Amino acid sequence: MSSLEKRLAAEKRFKFYGMFAMTLSLFFVLILMYKIFSTGSGAFVRTTINADVYFDPNFIEVSSNSSKKEIMKASYVDLADQVINQNHSGLDEENFIKVREMYTRKFDYQLRDYIANNPNVIGKTVNLDISASSDLDQIVKGNYPRNVPEAQRKINDYQLSILDSLDSKGKMSKTFNFWFFTNGDSRDPETAGILGALMGSFYALLICFSFAFPIGLLASVYLEEFVKPGKITDIIEVNINNLAAVPSIVYGLLGLGMLIGVFGMPYQVPLVGGLVLGFMTLPTIIIASRASLRGVPPSIREGALAVGATKMQTVFHHVIPLSLPGTLTGTIIGMAQALGETAPLLLIGMVAFVMEIPGGAFDPATGLPSQIYLWSESAERGFLEKTSAGIMLLLSFLIIMNTVAVLVRRKLEVKW
Amino acid sequence: MLYLSLVLVFILSYSFYFYGKKRALSLKFKKNENLSSLPDYYGYYVVLLVFFPAIIIWFFLLLFKSNFQEMFVMSPVLFPDVATWSTGKFGLIMNKISNLSMIVNLSEIDLTVGDKSILKMASESEIIAAKNLANFDKIYGWSNLTLFIILPVLLGFLATKSISGKLNAQPIVEKIISYVIKGSSYIAIFITFGIFFSLVFEAINFFRYVNFMDFFFNTAWNPNRAFVINASEGFDQEALKEAFGFVPLLTGTLLIASVAMLVAVPLGLLTAIYLAEYASSKVRDIAKPIIEILAGIPTVVYGFFAALSLAPFIKDVGEGVGLPVSAESALAAGLAMGVMIIPFVSSLSDDVIKAVPQSLREGSYAIGATKSETIKKVILPAALAGIMGSFLLAISRAIGETMIVVMAASLRANLTFNPLEPATTITTQIVTSLIGDVEFDNPKTLVAFALGLTLFVMTLILNIAAITIVKKYREKYE
Repeated sequence: MSSLEKRLAAEKRFKFYGMFAMTLSLFFVLILMYKIFSTGSGAFVRTTINADVYFDPNFIEVSSNSSKKEIMKASYVDLADQVINQNHSGLDEENFIKVREMYTRKFDYQLRDYIANNPNVIGKTVNLDISASSDLDQIVKGNYPRNVPEAQRKINDYQLSILDSLDSKGKMSKTFNFWFFTNGDSRDPETAGILGALMGSFYALLICFSFAFPIGLLASVYLEEFVKPGKITDIIEVNINNLAAVPSIVYGLLGLGMLIGVFGMPYQVPLVGGLVLGFMTLPTIIIASRASLRGVPPSIREGALAVGATKMQTVFHHVIPLSLPGTLTGTIIGMAQALGETAPLLLIGMVAFVMEIPGGAFDPATGLPSQIYLWSESAERGFLEKTSAGIMLLLSFLIIMNTVAVLVRRKLEVKW
Repeated sequence: MLYLSLVLVFILSYSFYFYGKKRALSLKFKKNENLSSLPDYYGYYVVLLVFFPAIIIWFFLLLFKSNFQEMFVMSPVLFPDVATWSTGKFGLIMNKISNLSMIVNLSEIDLTVGDKSILKMASESEIIAAKNLANFDKIYGWSNLTLFIILPVLLGFLATKSISGKLNAQPIVEKIISYVIKGSSYIAIFITFGIFFSLVFEAINFFRYVNFMDFFFNTAWNPNRAFVINASEGFDQEALKEAFGFVPLLTGTLLIASVAMLVAVPLGLLTAIYLAEYASSKVRDIAKPIIEILAGIPTVVYGFFAALSLAPFIKDVGEGVGLPVSAESALAAGLAMGVMIIPFVSSLSDDVIKAVPQSLREGSYAIGATKSETIKKVILPAALAGIMGSFLLAISRAIGETMIVVMAASLRANLTFNPLEPATTITTQIVTSLIGDVEFDNPKTLVAFALGLTLFVMTLILNIAAITIVKKYREKYE
């Protein structure tokens, strides 16, 4: 081989390496997305069992005249058992327990909610779709194998035979799982929902925004427009650049040591989470906002000063409005980062089991990413699905936020 | 209620803008006074004088709500000897009262048997305190609301009263705003100080229990030994000697970070080179945003992926070729972290490569070099400082990364350099030592701050090194 041929072969090889590296990186994105979507899509569907429910007054402590509060407080465990007995005739005690396990543990709550919404139903028979238990749900979805020895299955042979007979009668069906979007966390995968975590993240981001945006904007205005370069500005500058590179977990330690330890703020609330995320986002916003302020041409400032505006008027009437699109873009991107940040939430306690949906920044809550972490630690297959679905939701929020950021930049940015 | 009062502060201060402006206009047109500033500025003047005092007080009340609550519930009127209680007893009683407060206002029929017995056991003053606690939110909310109606209105009228033609509002307004702006930029410094002091103070507390040298040079990490510690009874320093050895955490962190860098450096750099030098603009436009997506994915997702798919996969492959691989191997966490860092390396290197002037490439082509020779012998040397800087930043990122290692790496410290074995990291141990309980008087909790401080210093040095390298060795072109 001549030396030119060798060199050209080397050229080809090198180009191939580059292409290979890029394809591999793209391949990783694809695998990740595929894995998440294939495990997560099941969480949006719930298996239900169709049953005739006779709201037998003998098993219901309340009547149709009872107040909503009384209805919500009463117990419906006996009614639920009665419904199962009616729909599956001739069960002995052992088999009854097996059949009961096929229905959701929260069967009685489902009946309660139905009665609360339709109090007149007491004494009548209604055809209802009852949620199946998570284990049955996983069998129906094919996530648990059927053809393994009974001891390795969570659903035993008797339950499988009942399932098949129900299936042949057309009683098994699937519905869209609204509960995932309307419930808080739960110990049972079939009733666990993401709304509590979503609201927790929402309040935290609200606090984060109201802290970091005004302060970030004003700080960048000071650094870009007002201050003469000197020692103090150098210190602030170095400071901000370093803050941007501090690992997020250190901010969590700041929240725990300072906000909770010294200021005595409550543990596991979105207020503290939001402030910590705000500290973290502040450098991002300042850096973006400064770049955007620098992009406003000096002629604008000189023009305003020439017609007699003060420095303050120049900045607030002309420079800031013109730089706002860039600042907003940076802010939205910073907020998107904050939304996905988990480690600081772990340290300030926003990873507890919280069933209630938080009503404000002072209520105990989890965040979206910390809820994902919590579910991922759970061994049950039903929660695996929920974890992936939570990730899908989180990613779609991030995509929306980043798209908005791009749109803001495209629509509003002024080209000089 | 607190939020409502915040809205009130905004609305009231905004409406005083019109009031102040109107007052200024009436001075000018009805009383024929000459105004020193534009009428608008009198409006701003009033707004600022209303808004800032009110918002500061609002924040104060928000931040110290729990302190007020404690003062209100644990008042010396109910518990005369409250000042002499230890923190433990105080917390215990407070806990009891807060449990009571949930049932104390229920009607008789709503009480369960357990509730009734709890109520029977409670003392008279505890019941009153519980009732106070149950009502506290309401009382606090309403008094806040009243305060934030009276206060802004009072301030507003006082400020408006002080308006006269001689008052030059504009410089005053600008002065106030300039202070606010200046204050905002100092907050960045306060945050740094906050980080530094909260880490240092608690770390010093930790080193009261554990010898400095033992911490940094011991090779055994068994924090559970610190469970026996009871701060009030004194402790045995010898027992802690073998409990907190930093070395295995450091090696674990470095091991996982090196695996990550082994993945991210070649892939990231080659991707950057391909995108910057070879790819057509069409490919660039598609590939670049997709790779950036990798950078935007939250790390909890990578952690989940590593624990769920990558670790079992690696274990299976290892067993297939007869290698014993742990289910929590450093390799799995490191690979996932490497994928996370690829876009970080590639986008930073991409910028640096693109900054190399075109004339250098053309000069190289002109003497007959192929594209790859140009890249290897001209462009990369020219961009070396920037590329090195981006590697250092990537290492600092890998060391500080938390979620991937919390979910995929092991909790057990293991002094090893074999990536197939389990290893733990600094960040993992910070999280495990702080999840669950937050008692600041136990070395098991406090060690998190010592670890945090070490981590902070490590990443700080890496970042400063990266910036210095880029500044010092960057080739400058006209």
